[in-house]
Amino acid sequence: MRLMMKHLIVMAVILAGVAPGVTTSWADDDRFITVASTTSTENSGLLADILPRFTADTGIEVRVIALGTGQAIRVARNGDADVLLVHHTASEEQFVADGFGVERYQVMHNDFVIVGPASDPAGIGEMANAGAALARIAEKKAVFASRGDDSGTHKKELLLWQAAKINPAEASGTWYRETGSGMGATLNAASGMNAYALTDRATWIRFGNKGDLVIHVQGDKRLFNPYGVILVNSGKHPHVKSDDGQVFIDWLVGESGQRAIAAYRIEGQPAYFPTMILD
Amino acid sequence: MADFQTALLTAIELVIRLDPDLIEIVWLSLKISLLAVTFAALIGLPLGAAIALWRFPGRRVLIILLNAAMGLPPVVVGLVVYLLLSRAGPLGPLGLLFTPTAMVIAQCILVTPIIAALTRQTVTDLHEEYDEYLRSIGCGALRSITTLLWDGRFRLLTAVLAGFGRAIAEVGAVLIVGGNIQHVTRVMTTTIALETSKGNLALALGLGLVLITLAVAVNATATAVSDTARRHHG
Repeated sequence: MRLMMKHLIVMAVILAGVAPGVTTSWADDDRFITVASTTSTENSGLLADILPRFTADTGIEVRVIALGTGQAIRVARNGDADVLLVHHTASEEQFVADGFGVERYQVMHNDFVIVGPASDPAGIGEMANAGAALARIAEKKAVFASRGDDSGTHKKELLLWQAAKINPAEASGTWYRETGSGMGATLNAASGMNAYALTDRATWIRFGNKGDLVIHVQGDKRLFNPYGVILVNSGKHPHVKSDDGQVFIDWLVGESGQRAIAAYRIEGQPAYFPTMILD
Repeated sequence: MADFQTALLTAIELVIRLDPDLIEIVWLSLKISLLAVTFAALIGLPLGAAIALWRFPGRRVLIILLNAAMGLPPVVVGLVVYLLLSRAGPLGPLGLLFTPTAMVIAQCILVTPIIAALTRQTVTDLHEEYDEYLRSIGCGALRSITTLLWDGRFRLLTAVLAGFGRAIAEVGAVLIVGGNIQHVTRVMTTTIALETSKGNLALALGLGLVLITLAVAVNATATAVSDTARRHHG
């Protein structure tokens, strides 16, 4: 009995000593900002490549939360991030118009591609029109793996279906399969089901489990994929680290950041193209 | 089959090379889960014993709820903690979202019912054995709790280890409240999820093997310590 009380007291004392120590050492003693971004920028390895350069230049650490664009915007709306780096221009402009963001800056772009099984059961290979290619997939009821997660890529896909005058939701669960997960997870599903999918090129090049999938459609100007960066408005959320967040944005759209983006290669291929024209 | 072979080789290579990123992630996983389990034990052990010994209205319902709470869905716990800790939520000013502290809180919520429910069962069984004895020495309810917890300490270790197993293996809650930030909140399970989504299946499986080994090591250590203590105390 006594012994037990003694043990309890010792444990409580140790915890009382350790817990605050642990939490403070974990918490904000470093200078850092939180960036809500997309799974594509993380899965492609871009951020892991360029952010250490930014930290080396400025001493500011960047903590990235990688989510679908829709979710990333909600996190930023709640004030849980200082900067938003995503790829759906209309939602980004809405975010600024609603007063949650200060200003949208163009950062970089790449493009989306439609991938699918090498045997190409829908026969879309080398089609120049992405909407027509999707229409063909629907017509043949070929399996298509959709993000289904309100991400930038998902929104782009829905736009293309709309252009093809098809409502894929009606076929959900049959040939149209919504994974409700990130780009990589959806590609894993597509690879497993030998399905078609829309993906950004960077994630595709980096993806390690391609299986039988190859690129079928690319080059349609509607497959353009621009990224924007926005500082969260400290007028809405006073704790937002506006100064350091702006330093990050200035770096990203400035010469150092743009050069870092241009220099990033996946398997020897450029993955993102900086918006600023570099000589 | 080739994937499993590559995974095994990857796991061995990671461990032999003492990959610094891996060590950081393993250490953070252990720190978070051990801390969460410690807090959960401090709450769950006395709570479970109290429910076992005290008679009060609604006790049976409480026991059913407690047993059901062992199966709390991690994503739901993650979501609730997220909403509480978000800047837009009631605990927002603490600025705890996307920190290891948030992960400890989420895991503690998941693990406490497991420890409390298993403790209640163990203490109920012990109480049946010792009821007469406790009465004969005039032991009150409070002293009965501490006595039975102490007497059952070796059996209760299993309850605590079950809680640890849940904490270290869980991904849904820590992913939501931690954000899987590299060098800050990235733990074993979230790394495995990330590598899987990058299509690096062999690396993901290799990390999985390391995680399982780690869980075995923690359980082996706890059992060894308990055996030694048992021999000393008789």
